[in-house]
Amino acid sequence: MVPLEWYIWLATAVFAIGVAGFLTRRNIIIMFMSIELMLNAVNISLISFSYYLQDLRGHILSFFVITVAAAEAAIGLAIIISLFRNKATVHADEMNEMKG
Amino acid sequence: MLPQVLFLYFAFAIVALSLAVITRKNPVHSVIFMLVLFFHIAALYLTLNAEFLAAIQIIVYAGAILVLFLFVVLMLNLKEEVTEHRYISLWAVGVLLSIAISAIFLMTLSSIPLGAKGVFSPDVIASETHTVALGKLLYTEFLYPFEIASVILLVAIVGAVVLAKKRLKS
Repeated sequence: MVPLEWYIWLATAVFAIGVAGFLTRRNIIIMFMSIELMLNAVNISLISFSYYLQDLRGHILSFFVITVAAAEAAIGLAIIISLFRNKATVHADEMNEMKG
Repeated sequence: MLPQVLFLYFAFAIVALSLAVITRKNPVHSVIFMLVLFFHIAALYLTLNAEFLAAIQIIVYAGAILVLFLFVVLMLNLKEEVTEHRYISLWAVGVLLSIAISAIFLMTLSSIPLGAKGVFSPDVIASETHTVALGKLLYTEFLYPFEIASVILLVAIVGAVVLAKKRLKS
C-alpha cells in the first residue's frame, strides 16, 4: 500500500510547479494553464485524503473543483480573447493600463 | 510492490510533464503535454478507487477544457510569441516563492491530524460501485452545492458569451 505522504508530496510538487509557472511565465495562456495545474494538485490531495479516510466527501469536493475549473476556463479564455482583441498581445507584463 | 511501482511511475511522469507544460516555448506544445498529464492524473485516480472522477477528469479536463485552450491558442496569432522571451525578468523570485510554499506544505505535513475513518471502505464502494455511492451522496447531502454549481456554470456560459462577443456599433 502506498503511504499517504507520497500522494501529498506529489500534490505539493505539482502545486509548486504551478505556482512557479504562474509567477515566471509571460504568456498569459501558460499562466492560465498553471492555474489548472494547481487545481489538479489540490484534486490529487483531496482524493488521496478521501481514500485514506475512507470517506467520499473529498471526491464530492474535487467534483465541484472540476466544475468550477470548467467555468473558470470558459470565463478566463473569453477574457484573454477580448484582451487580445484590444491589445494584440498575450504578454502579461505588457498589460499595464491600470498603472498598478 | 506493484502499487508502489505504479505510483512512482505516475508521480515521475506527472512531475516531468508539468515541468514540460510550464517550460515549453510554444503554447501548442504545452497544451499537448497537458493532455498527456491529465491522462496520467486520471490513471492516478484509478489507483485511488475513484473511477468516476477519472472518467470526469478525461471528459471534462482533457475533452472540454483543453480543447477550449487549444482553440484559443490556435485562434490568437502567436507567431512573435515563439521567438521572444519566455520568462519575466524576475523569474528567480517566482521560483523561490514556489519552493518556499512547498517547504511550508511539507513542514506542516507531519502535524496533520487524520480524523476518524468514514463508512466508505473499499469493500462498500466495490459492492455498490463508486458512481452509485457518489451519486447518492451528491443528490442528498450535497444537493444545494450541486444546484449552486449549476448556477455557476450558467453564469460562466452567459459571461463567456458577453465577454468574447464583438462589440456592436451603435
